[in-house]
Amino acid sequence: MNNVIFTILTNEKLTDSVYKMTLSGDTTEIVRPGQFVNIKLEGLYLRRPISVCDYEKGKLTIIYKVVGKGTEQMSWLDAGEKLDVLVGLGNGYFTEFAGEKPLLIGGGVGVPPLYNLAKRLIAEGKTPTVILGFNTKDEIFYEQEFKALGANVLVTTADGSYGIKGFVTNAMQTLDGFTHVYTCGPEPMLKAIYNATEVDGSFSFEERMGCGFGACMGCSCKTKYGNKRICKDGPVLQREEIIW
Amino acid sequence: MVDLSTSLCGVKLDNPVIPASGTFGFGYEFNDIYDINILGAISIKGTTKEPRFGNPTPRIAECTEGLINSIGLQNPGVDKVISYEIPKLRECYRKPIISNISGFSIEEYVECCQKMNEVKDVDIIELNISCPNVHNGGMSFGTQPENAQGVVEAVRKVTTKPLFVKLTPNVTDIVSIAKACEQGGADGISLINTSQGMRIDLKKRRPIIANKIGGFSGRAIFPIALKMVYQVYDAVKIPIMGIGGVASAEDVVEMMMAGASAVQVGAENLVNPYACRDIINNLPQVMKKYNINSLKDIIGEAHK
Repeated sequence: MNNVIFTILTNEKLTDSVYKMTLSGDTTEIVRPGQFVNIKLEGLYLRRPISVCDYEKGKLTIIYKVVGKGTEQMSWLDAGEKLDVLVGLGNGYFTEFAGEKPLLIGGGVGVPPLYNLAKRLIAEGKTPTVILGFNTKDEIFYEQEFKALGANVLVTTADGSYGIKGFVTNAMQTLDGFTHVYTCGPEPMLKAIYNATEVDGSFSFEERMGCGFGACMGCSCKTKYGNKRICKDGPVLQREEIIW
Repeated sequence: MVDLSTSLCGVKLDNPVIPASGTFGFGYEFNDIYDINILGAISIKGTTKEPRFGNPTPRIAECTEGLINSIGLQNPGVDKVISYEIPKLRECYRKPIISNISGFSIEEYVECCQKMNEVKDVDIIELNISCPNVHNGGMSFGTQPENAQGVVEAVRKVTTKPLFVKLTPNVTDIVSIAKACEQGGADGISLINTSQGMRIDLKKRRPIIANKIGGFSGRAIFPIALKMVYQVYDAVKIPIMGIGGVASAEDVVEMMMAGASAVQVGAENLVNPYACRDIINNLPQVMKKYNINSLKDIIGEAHK
């Protein structure tokens, strides 16, 4: 973990409520896809945890959905403004578990952390398939970006307005032979994926956090390997340890 | 050179800054981000006889300049704290350790304190009779003078270590409780634990926290804590650790002027993990600004 002052490079709208922000600053503490950052915002007491979409030396990309005061405030920020950010939080996704044919499944604002993961898997010579699940066509983002990486991309919409009609599990039914599932999204989606396959998987969970770095025990959950903190021991849990 | 040192019942502290129980885990994880040996002492995570998972989640809600928490004393239990957590802290930390003890009956408090009394690495025991987030225990011991005195007397018999009692602000008369603790044999008073509060999610129309209400802490409660330290300082002869909303070196000085011999930093650690380090680093310049040569000299000065 490190405390870094980032400078906003861009802050653009991807859909009605989802924004993409790029920032410049020291990213050396980010060691793995699936980690998150915790952002201090003016006038708000607690920091806001946001997953890392992509990172490289000196540059960070996050994608966030406006759901409350904090993210609304973020959406107003302009290029050039500074942000106080704790970086390198959480365990993240281990590409070592991928096997030859990893399957990546993101639901809504759970899609972003899979982007850097897909990038890395492809760099390691794997051929990931990516399922992106949304409610409706207007909410879709990053389909082209995943395609540009060279991943096989399937998009589902709950209302059938684009791609495969239904949920990500409908798209899963059309696939076989995958070696590991990496997923992030709302808990009902994670559970549906868990029930739809017996293949090993890395599931990224969300919980209301206090500190974001393991001090307050605000985001604890029970696992088969004992109590874990979503912020520090997670947010990614392995299939075998999950208790629903 | 300004003198930051202070002491608590003979335990010497390089400076008065102590991370408060429940906001710093068992300390060693913070050593990854700065050298925790710069701290005055550490009050480690509240410990109970049995391991506890704590309350259901969500356990956290935000408010203006503070937060509501309902952790519910999650901890691995006294035996594991002694066999694993304290030794692990000792590997990277050589300054005083304050063991914070909670319970659901006098017997539990006694058993935990008895065990902690045997631990060489524990310098001070802090008896938490003020947790607002557990039923049938915690705070119920800290809201009546006779109950407080009863548990302190019982624990006093089994420990020779300096015994501080951490009090809840959720009482009509903090002074009578503090006096009862002194009467019962306490060596010091820690105050305050969290106040109480709640938030409601407007979209869901339900309390944000699963337990509905929780402990309210953060900068917002600083004046409440300061006032109680000030009041209790007048009423007891034993030293006080001031806790509640401390977020800056100025706050530390203010708390000491009110009567605190040392000061704990709680919620601020959660929003700024470097809070204690920053406060310690800023203390010398703040002391110079206010012409303070030694922090020991200003303890209770506001009463003169």
